[in-house]
This record gives sequence, structure tokens and C-alpha cells, in this order.
Amino acid sequence: MERNTPIIEITNLHKAFGDNEVLNGVNISVNKSEDVVILGRSGTGKSVTIKCLVGLEKADQGEIKVFGTDITKLNNNELNTIRTRIGFMFQNGALYDSMSVRQNLTFTLKHHDKTISKEAIETQITEALQSVGLLEAIDKMPSELSGGMRKRIGMARTLIIKPEIILYDEPTSGLDTITAREISELMVSIQEKYKTTSLVITHDMACAKVTGNRILILNNGVIHAEGTYAELEKSKDSWVQSFFI
Amino acid sequence: MITGLKNIFTDTGAISLFTIKFFKEVVSPPFQINEFIRQCYAVGCKSLPLVTITGFIMGLVLTIQSRPTMAKFGAESWLPSMVSLSLIREIAPVITALICAGKIASGIGAELGSMKVTEQIDAMEVSAINPYKYLVVTRILATTLMIPVLVIYADFVGIFGGYIGYNVHGNMSMYRYFAGVFEHLEFLDVMPATIKTFFFGFFIGLIGCYKGFNASNGTASVGVAANSAVVTASLSIFIIDMLAVQITDLFF
Repeated sequence: MERNTPIIEITNLHKAFGDNEVLNGVNISVNKSEDVVILGRSGTGKSVTIKCLVGLEKADQGEIKVFGTDITKLNNNELNTIRTRIGFMFQNGALYDSMSVRQNLTFTLKHHDKTISKEAIETQITEALQSVGLLEAIDKMPSELSGGMRKRIGMARTLIIKPEIILYDEPTSGLDTITAREISELMVSIQEKYKTTSLVITHDMACAKVTGNRILILNNGVIHAEGTYAELEKSKDSWVQSFFI
Repeated sequence: MITGLKNIFTDTGAISLFTIKFFKEVVSPPFQINEFIRQCYAVGCKSLPLVTITGFIMGLVLTIQSRPTMAKFGAESWLPSMVSLSLIREIAPVITALICAGKIASGIGAELGSMKVTEQIDAMEVSAINPYKYLVVTRILATTLMIPVLVIYADFVGIFGGYIGYNVHGNMSMYRYFAGVFEHLEFLDVMPATIKTFFFGFFIGLIGCYKGFNASNGTASVGVAANSAVVTASLSIFIIDMLAVQITDLFF
């Protein structure tokens, strides 16, 4: 797939929960190896948008093309084939509590590739943990990890399946400024190293500035503004400006 | 009133679909054998101390409480048979199932509820792992197979408790006691009682998983899921027991 081919295309996406219409015709296009940030206030439907992308939420209306396939028309098995090419980094890491870090990574890897050897598992776990700088936490349980460490391990678990797209749901929320910056820098280094396409959901401007080639601002269920950080910073729109104050 | 009725029908429909999904998933590969064995260990072995204590007390108390009445009718020698029949046919299955509903259904409800709230179930789904097959099918199968084993174990412990209870005020050798236990015990006493324990186990697992899997977001819902799992599973045990008694009565 060429660099300028859209790898993700969302067209006229609608999603409501009861009477509450969260997404009201969202249109997003992300090219291969592009790092796009979706910015917006809490409750504007940012997380719902990326959950629709992996089929965790069903779209009420609209088309969601990932790798050229409309995922809204796929059955569960077909959707799972697409999911193996996408990594999803959850807000709090979503590590499996009953498993150690090693088991968390092994579990994901073994389900991804059933024929993988023990040696290959060990090598890939070591590589993924080294990428996030937490090799020493390999035998720890999730309950022994700090918030920042959980996110890093979550990132390692996402990376271990070598995804082509990584979706980040609020990667820096709940972290102090220094750890949040470290996570943002880690995301950039991962994007550069693994040449992944990224879609980042955040309301953290510092994270958006570091990680995004392009920023989309979501408001009232639609994309309100779009551009680079520098372009949006100069915008005359009062809503857009409210993010930069 | 109308909302209440609507909720009952919605819940019934949802749990029926959940059950149908179980029967679809249980026969389709891949089979999560390792997780199933792990769940059998969690349900069976980890419940042994609790079942041992309750089983022993059931037999002991039943014997001590029944003894004066039996003695009044001069039927003290029938005490071992009476205790074993009561335990095997009714008391051990129901009490053990209730104990397991409290321990296992609440545990499953809380565990899956917490996994749901912390997005661990979503994480499995986006990793192309079928969470229903991995979490639900293995747990329901484990409870369906392990509860009968625990009940049979509780039967033996209870009967032994009865022996100790008898010898608190009396004197009977173990050989005579067990001869009395098996004297009036028939295949038809054991079989229907054992069959119903499979249903107890199935519903304990099913309700625990359903409540946990459908927990709404927020930490409070984990407690609600656990609590609701215990109440519903306990109630279902009594309903199944009532139906089992009617069916047994009809055929045997």
C-alpha cells in the first residue's frame, strides 16, 4: 500500500446511545504511515470513533473502511482477520490482571500465531519490552506496576503483534507531565521504528503536538477543524483557540 | 410496573441468547483446554476446604438433631440410613450448590465484571481472541463438571460427619455405621440427585458469567454483578431443585 493511500476511511459515521447522538456524520481519512490526532473535549465521541474502527461499537450509519474493507459489513471472523493487523492501546493499559507481564504478552502472541516457538516468543517479548524500556518488569504482576508502567506494558502488548495501525485511546490521561511527555516521545519513537500508522485520541495538547502530523478537532459529533498543530494554533476560530489557551 | 415487566422480559431474552451462544461456542474449535483445566482447579480444588467444613457440619448436626426423635420411635438404628438418604438426595446437593453459588458465582461475576469495567474483555476482542469462548465457555464447563464432584465429596464427608455425630452420645463401630448407610441406599437415590447437580453447576456458571459479562461501566457495577449473581444463582438452585423433585417423582 502506498504512502498516500488512505488506510483508514471513515465516511458519514453516526452513532447514538439512546437519545444521545454522539457522532453525527464524522468523516476521517488517514494515510499509510501518517500519525493523526483526534482532539476534543470529554464526551465528544473520540473514543467511540476508534471503538467503531475495531468493531467494539457498532456504527448506526456510515462506512468505515480499514485496509480498503468496509468493516461494518463484516462478520466476526472476517473482522478478526482485520483486527490482527490493528493494535489498540487502551486508556489504562487494560492488562490482564490475573497474568504477569510475561503471560500478558505470551497470551496475545500465542493467540496471534498459534505455531510460534518458545524461543521466538521469548525473543519477541524481550524486543517488545526493550522498545518500551521495561524489560525489568517482565515477571511483575499488573498490580505491582504504576500507571505509566501499565501504559508502557500495554504498548508492548500492542507492539508484539507487529500491527500496521495503532489506535491510542487517551495515552497520557491520568499521568504527571513528565511521564506523559515520556509516553508521547515513546509513541513517536515507536511510529518511527515500526513505521506504523497511528490514530491518537487525546485532549492533551502537549501529546497532540508531539505525536500528530495532523490534528482533527471533534465537536458536536462532527470534525470541526483540521490541520497541523501550527496551523490550528493560528486559527481564528474561538472553539479551536480554546484548546490552545 | 410496566418498566419492571419490560426489564424481566429483556433480561430473560438476553440470558436466553447468552445460553444459546454458549451451546454454539462449546462445540466449535478452538478449544481452550488449558484455561478449562485452570478453571476446574479454581472451582473444584479451591472450594474443597469450604465444602469439607460445611459437609461435615451438615452430617454432624443432622445426626445430633434427628437422634432424639428417632430414639423416641425406637428407630435409632435407622439413623445411618436416614442421614445418608437425606444427605444424598437433598441436603448435600442443595447446600453445596448454595455454598458454591456464594463462592463461585460471586467470584465469576466480580472477576468478569472487573475485566469488563477495566476494558480487559475489549482488549481480548480487539486482539482477535474470542472472550466468550475463553472466559465464559471454560467457566461454565468447569462449574458444570466440578459441582457434581464437590457434591459427591460432600456426601461422603457428611456421612462421616454423621458417624462422628452418632458417636457423640452413642457407641457404634464404623463398620456397623457404614453398613447401615448402604443398607437402604439404592441407585435411584443417587442418580437423580447427581443429575440435578450438573444443572446446579451449569446455572451457577451461566449466571455468574452472564452477570459479570454484562456489567455496566463503573466500579460499582462490579459489586452489583457479584451480588446479583449470588442472589439469582441461589434462587435458580431452588427452582431447579423443585423441578427435579417433580420430575423424579413422575418417573421413579
